[in-house]
Order: sequence, then structure tokens, then C-alpha cells
Amino acid sequence: MLNALPNKFRAWLFRPRIEHGAIMLTQRRIFIIPTRQGFTLVFVLVVMLLGDINYNLSLGYVLTFLLTMMAVMSMLHAFRNLAHLEIRAGRTEPVFCGETAQFMLHFNNPGRLSRYQLCLVQAGESFWKNTHAPLQFDAPAGQDTEVAFPLRATRRGWLQTGRLRLYTEFPLGLFYCWSYLHFDTRCLVYPKPLGDAVLPAGTAPDGTGMRNMAGDEDFSGLRKYTAGDALPRIDWKAYARERGLQVKQFSTPLGEELRLDYADTPDRNTEEKLARMTRWVLDAEAQGLHYGLCLPNGELPSNSGIAHRDQCLRRIALFNLDSETR
Amino acid sequence: MSKPLIYGLLLSILMVIAPHAEHLPLWVSALCAGLMLWRAWLTYSGKKLPKRWLLLLITVAGTAGIVLTFHTLFGREAGVTLLMMLATLKLMELRDARDAMVLVYLACFIIITNFFYSQSIPTALYLLATMMVIVTTWVHLQARNIALKPRVRIAAVLLLQALPLTLILFVLFPRVQGPLWGLPQDAYASTGLDDHMSPGSLSRLSLSEAVAFRVSYNGQPPRRDQMYWRGPVLWQFDGRAWTPGRSPFPVVPKFTDLGQPVDYVVTLEPHNKHWLFALDVPDKLSITATLTDDFQLLRKNKVNARLRYAARSYLVYHANLQESPRQLKRALQLPPGQLDPRARQLAAEWRAGSKDDADIVRTALAYFNKQGFVYTLEAPPLGINSIDDFLFKTKQGFCEHYASAFVFLMRAANIPARVVTGYLGGEYNDVGKYYIVRQSDAHAWAEVWLAGQGWVRVDPTGAIAPDRVERGLSAALSDKAALPYMERNPPQWLRNLRFNLDALANQWNQWVLGYDSERQYAFLSRLGMESITWQKMALNMSAGIGLVIALFALYMLRHLYTRRPDRVQAAWLRLCRRLAGSGLPRAAHEGPQDYAERVAAARPELAATIVDLAARYSALRYGVPGDEEAKRDFLQRARNLKV
Repeated sequence: MLNALPNKFRAWLFRPRIEHGAIMLTQRRIFIIPTRQGFTLVFVLVVMLLGDINYNLSLGYVLTFLLTMMAVMSMLHAFRNLAHLEIRAGRTEPVFCGETAQFMLHFNNPGRLSRYQLCLVQAGESFWKNTHAPLQFDAPAGQDTEVAFPLRATRRGWLQTGRLRLYTEFPLGLFYCWSYLHFDTRCLVYPKPLGDAVLPAGTAPDGTGMRNMAGDEDFSGLRKYTAGDALPRIDWKAYARERGLQVKQFSTPLGEELRLDYADTPDRNTEEKLARMTRWVLDAEAQGLHYGLCLPNGELPSNSGIAHRDQCLRRIALFNLDSETR
Repeated sequence: MSKPLIYGLLLSILMVIAPHAEHLPLWVSALCAGLMLWRAWLTYSGKKLPKRWLLLLITVAGTAGIVLTFHTLFGREAGVTLLMMLATLKLMELRDARDAMVLVYLACFIIITNFFYSQSIPTALYLLATMMVIVTTWVHLQARNIALKPRVRIAAVLLLQALPLTLILFVLFPRVQGPLWGLPQDAYASTGLDDHMSPGSLSRLSLSEAVAFRVSYNGQPPRRDQMYWRGPVLWQFDGRAWTPGRSPFPVVPKFTDLGQPVDYVVTLEPHNKHWLFALDVPDKLSITATLTDDFQLLRKNKVNARLRYAARSYLVYHANLQESPRQLKRALQLPPGQLDPRARQLAAEWRAGSKDDADIVRTALAYFNKQGFVYTLEAPPLGINSIDDFLFKTKQGFCEHYASAFVFLMRAANIPARVVTGYLGGEYNDVGKYYIVRQSDAHAWAEVWLAGQGWVRVDPTGAIAPDRVERGLSAALSDKAALPYMERNPPQWLRNLRFNLDALANQWNQWVLGYDSERQYAFLSRLGMESITWQKMALNMSAGIGLVIALFALYMLRHLYTRRPDRVQAAWLRLCRRLAGSGLPRAAHEGPQDYAERVAAARPELAATIVDLAARYSALRYGVPGDEEAKRDFLQRARNLKV
């Protein structure tokens, strides 16, 4: 049915718009067409009507009309199920390549009416056959519902949801009511870290001697686990005591300094080099070292800490990408 | 598929099938019940569904059983039975949402088949309840994790909203007079008089409470003993049963010396026969029908829908004073051979001892009256000489026995006579101001042809049980136990209740079930619609439906389009606007705290108040819902702030 629309009109009607902030689903943004099941019902109703006429069944007419009108009213209900939802994109945590990014979306339902069976899917997919199971959720009345839209990260750099289709077939499944959501929200994807890689040799500021691993033994405290921390550093005893995932931190003697240089990677192609560097950054941070980053397009001075680690990873993730901003 | 969903589907199917149990073959009811119990148990215990081949086996066996029972698969009964069996079998292979949708549609379809058997008000209400269950299940199917209460609410809202729209469609949808194609023989149910009368046939019918037709008289109704509703006329006797025989030369009947006419309107229940009922003798009719030479009204097609007609009859008349010799000869036919010798003997004696035909008639009636005959519903069985057995041995019978014996005696005495069947009397409904004629009012009487008088009605039953003619069946029978309860003497309140219900049923029949193209036309003209065409009806219908839907839309979406910030927020926004007016607009990103701090820095004289207000606002808006006191306090303070 949709294909019957002239292409130009379709292009205008469903013109892509990338938005930020909150989207309010007004009637101009909501589209509605009958589903396949809706057409089946039309067929059933026609058969019923023929039976009514043939056998002169007055109550048959009543039933047929009742069903017809319920179907028509369900269109209004389907529309109402989407109308005036307010949707905001929330923040998304960076992920490593190969993991699933969770795009947080907030569905604010200010009204007194609960919205049921909302489905979210990427817009590229066909109307009738969803290759991926859609994300289904309800938005209870007067509440802000937080929904994580999962998307598999397959390349480093910025990951975007593209156009999302929010649809519902509630209440009778006879009408497909949908709206497009296209937020400017994006998720940073770090390269997938190499399985294991030996850190390059560290250098003291005076430029002498090998890195002293002894520093690792100086336990200085615990901090919360963040993605990418080395498993041996997790305090499993604390975890067993149900204190959550904690990571042991070690102080390093001052002056120990590590230089993670792109040029030092033994790999041949860029992606592999970046994967190795990602591993280095993670390990260096896990071991509590001071480390600096050196990429062909710039350097980061030596430092340590989660913020520094994230900054390094960001630089690696966005290395040599056109979409690189900031 | 979740358990509650399956239970919902089971309940839906159970509710649509249950009313059919009454007329389904017993084994089909048992099979359906068994399958549903099995399914319920499987769901309850969480066991696996049966294998495909087993279901296939049951399906084939069931279909074969239906063919054996009905000798076809395509009649109405067989079709309905098959449909129900398939619906229950579908329950057994419920795998995904599509199967469930098929079941929902099937359930709706089976509801329609219920209307073949009954379209009464209770049926309609029951099926509305069934629709409620089906729609609730339907909604559940679409939203699996929705609780029962909102599910029921949504279904109820959908149904209630659809009701007024249905009414518009019902009134204005252009009606087409069916049938569109040939119907199977068993398309219509039938109870009522047959054109075949044998001992016991009318007494059996008399046990039925079913309504045959309803009559309302224009003006004064006739006396009760004049309410002879004429039905099939029977000429041919084979020694046991009476049948119409065949009229060789249909002649137009001639009525002379007519008395006062009686006008009335009959609403005839469908009986799947050709004849109509009218008071003796009918003259005018509002619909097309043929008046036969023995004064029956015949319709071209069988009456298989409720039929309403106005008629005029003359209760005082001379009918066919000049009857054709052929007809008179037909009216003297007796079974061949020497059946019933004693009755023939008796008739010969009467003939010998009387001066004219009318005298013989009087003698016969006196004979019935004096010889100890009993009027009863439970007549003993009769042998091969049925007339002799009845007249001389058992002496107990119902109206068909008396009519049959009387006509036999008349013919044996060489007086032309025939049996007339129909209804006698009726029950007056005070509430609806009409008479109800039931199957229990079925009656048989005789007509004899006398020179100079034409065909004269003689009711031998009146000679034995005059109460039957004057007051009705229950007054005439001494053994009332065999009658339905309501035909005996029920208390007055029960009688009134019954009249009220029947009056309601009558309105329902007239306006809902009998709403056909004619009635639609009449009704719309009365509403003031001129020159009614189907285009015009369709246009009005669309406009009406569009309007009602628009009203619903306005009502349903009103919450969505009117945004009412709460009072606290409104007061805060007002305050912000006032501050903006004094040169300190709130930036889009600024929360109340930040904004207050900035204002405080720029306007030190307001600092304490504004910071306090911002804190209160944050607490009221984002904290735990505050009490009314705190809100009022905030509103007061916000208003009092001098910018």
C-alpha cells in the first residue's frame, strides 16, 4: 500500500529529520495504515455480511456492524496510543567494538492514559517482517519510562541509531500506527582490544632503566569496576560479599612513565595497531601506570585515571575517521 | 503463549459453542467438550500439545462422523457442526499469534451461526457478553503483559463506543432482500402446522408454547368463538391420515351475503410453509398471496422470515353457494375397501332417519355430545379401523380425532365435507394490546357443504368440550397435568410478567429482527427523509458515522491536546516571566537553583526570597508529592514577591 504512493510524495512525507532534545509526537508525525490482519478482518466481515443478507439475519447484521465499528474505533485507539508521547534521547555509554550499545531513550507519558505495547525498531527494515525482534515496552500513565535500545557495535568510531520507527498495533492489531524518531544521539565505539599484549617498556623521566613492576604491589584502595578493567584486578572476595564489582588499585611510584606509541606497534594494518593500543591503554590503566598516548595525528601527555583513559580511548577510536569531531 | 491467554481463548470458544449444544448431535458435543477439557488440562499441567498426526486422525474421524450423521457436509446443520469441531481442534494446535487470531475470527463467525436458531433478546444479550470475552482475549493477544483490569476496560470501551455507530449502520445500511443464492433445504427451522393430519399430530403440537403468530385488531376484536384462523384444508383420507389432495380445477371462490368486516394485522413467525393464516373467510390482504378454491391463502415462496401483513375478513358469509360437482365429489371421498364398517353403518342409519343434511349434522353433534366422549390430550392408540376404534371403543380424543371422525361420518352419509386445520382463539396481551396465538392453540374442525348455505363450519370439538371454543384449551381439559405450566392457571403476576416479556419480544421482532428493506423505507420516511435511494442512505450513513467518530475523537484526545501545567509550575513560570521582564530571563538550560543563584547575584535585595522560593519549588515539583498546605504557601509567596 505504501509502495503505491508516488516516490516523491513518500520522500516528502517521510523526509528524514535529525533532531535533538525532546520530540513530541503530534498528529503530523503519526502515520497509520491497516495491517495484514486488518485486511483479513475485512474479508471476514464481507463473508459475514453476505451470510446476513442471504439468511436475512438481523442480529447477524448487528454483529457484523459491531465488529466493523470496533475495528474502526481501534484506529483511533491505536493513534491515541502514540499521540503526545514526549521522547528524549538520554546518554549512552561508550562500548567496545563487538559489544552491544544501549541507546537510552526516555518516553515521557504525561497523560492519565497508559500506553501499551510500543515497539521500537530500526526504520530500514520492512514494515511487515522484522528481521530483528522489535523492542517492546509499555509506557505507564504519568511516568517517565527509560528504554535502552540495543544496537550492536560493529565498527569503531561513532555509532548512530539512524532513523528509528516507533510503532504500535494496539489494541486489536488491525492498524499499524507509527512515527519516525531520528535523534542526533551517538555512541562512541572503541576498537575491540586485542586479547593480550605485552605493554611496551616504560621509561623513567631520566630515560634510564626498565619499568619497575614492583609498584604494582602497593595496594592503595578499591574503586568501582568499569568496562575494560583487567579481570585479575577485580576484588572477587568483595564481590562474594555482595559489595559489587570492585577493582583493586595500586599506586605506582612517581616518575614511572609509559609511552604508548602508535609507531611501536608491531602490527601491519591500522585497525590491528589500534586494537593493540586499546589493550595497552586498558592494561596500563589497570596497573595504575602513568601513560601517555602518541598517535600520528597528535599526542596526549602522560597521566593516569579513568578520565585520562577514556580520553585516550576516544582518541584511538576516532583516529583517522572523517566523522571525527571535537 | 501464556496460560491466561489460552484460558481466554478456551472461554471464548466455549461460550460461542455452548448454545449449540442443544441441537448438535450428542457425540459432537461430547467430542468438543472432551477436546476443550483436554486442552485446559494440557495448559494447566504445562504439557506438550498432541502430535500433528493424532489431530489429523481426529479431524478425519470427526468429519467422517458428520458425513455419516447428516449424509452431507454442505447443509447448514452439517456446516455449522463442522465449523465448531474445527474450532475446537484449532485450540489443540495453538502455536503462535496467527493461530490465535484465526480462532478469534472463527469465534465471531460461530456467533453468527447461533442466529440461525435463535435471535431472541436473551440470545442477543448472551452473545454481547460473549463478544466482551472475545474482545478482551483479542486485546490480550496484542499486548501480552497487560493486566486483566485494563484489558477488560479497553474491550468494554471499544464495545460501548461501537454501539451507537452500530445503531447508525443498522438503521441506514441499505438492505438487500435475500437470499442471494439458493439455500440448502435445512436452512430454516420449522415448527407449526403441517398439511398432514393423523391421530396425535395436533395433540403433540398443542404441547408447544412457541408463538405461531401475533394479531392486533383494528377496532373491536371478534368474539373468541369466532377466532378460527384458517390454515391447510385437508380433503384426502386414507383411513388414518388426512392430506390436502389435489384440486383438479382451481376456481375463484365466491363469498356472498357478507356481514361486518374485521380488520387486523398479523405478524407471522416463520414456519417454512407456503400458507398464511387469516380469520374465516379472508377477503383482502396487504401482501401478494393466492386465495385457493378452498379459501386458503398461499404465498409463492415459503414463509422463512417473520412476515407482517394486514388483512380483512368476514365472519358472516355464504361461501361457494354454487360449488362445482368435481369439488363436491372430492368432498365425498372415502378410503377404498371396507375399513370402518360400523361407522359407515351408523352414517347409513342417520341418513335413513333424517329429512335433510342439516338434520344429520345435528344428529352427529348430538351423538358426540351424548355418548360419553372425552376431550383429552392423551388419547389411547387406535387400530387399523381408526374411526371405528375411536367412535365405539376408546371414545377419547383431541380435536383431530373429532374432526376426522365427523368428516368421515358426513361423507359416509353422503354429505360433502372436509377437514380444516388452523388455530383457534389466542391469548390477549394487555401490555401490548394484541393477541398471541401459540402452537398450543392449534385446532382442527370440519366444513360441510349444505345446499343453500354453501360451506358451513362445524366444530365437533365444541359439542364435547364447549369450553375449548369459548375459553381456550386449559379450560376444556380435565387432565391439565400434560399441559405446559403456563397453559394451566398460573398466578396473575406471572401472567403479567409473561405478557410484558412477550410485548417486548414483539417490539424486538418488529423493529430489530423484522427490519427489512420495506420497514427501513417506512421508518426513514417517518423520520422525514424524502425520496430515499441507496446512495442517499449511504451518504447519510457515512455522514452520521463520521460525525460520531469525530465526537469520540474529540473526547478521547482532549487530554492530549490540552496541556495543563500544575498550579505550582504555573506560578513558577509566571515568576520567571516577571523576572525576565526586569531583565533577567531564565536560560533554557537553567534549573531553578542555578537561576535563583544568578538572580540573587544580580539583585541582592531579592536574594533571600528567590533562593528560598527556588528551593521550595524544587521540593514541590521534583520531591515527594507535597501536601496542599505547602503548595498554597508557595503560591502565596511567589505571588507576593515584588520584582
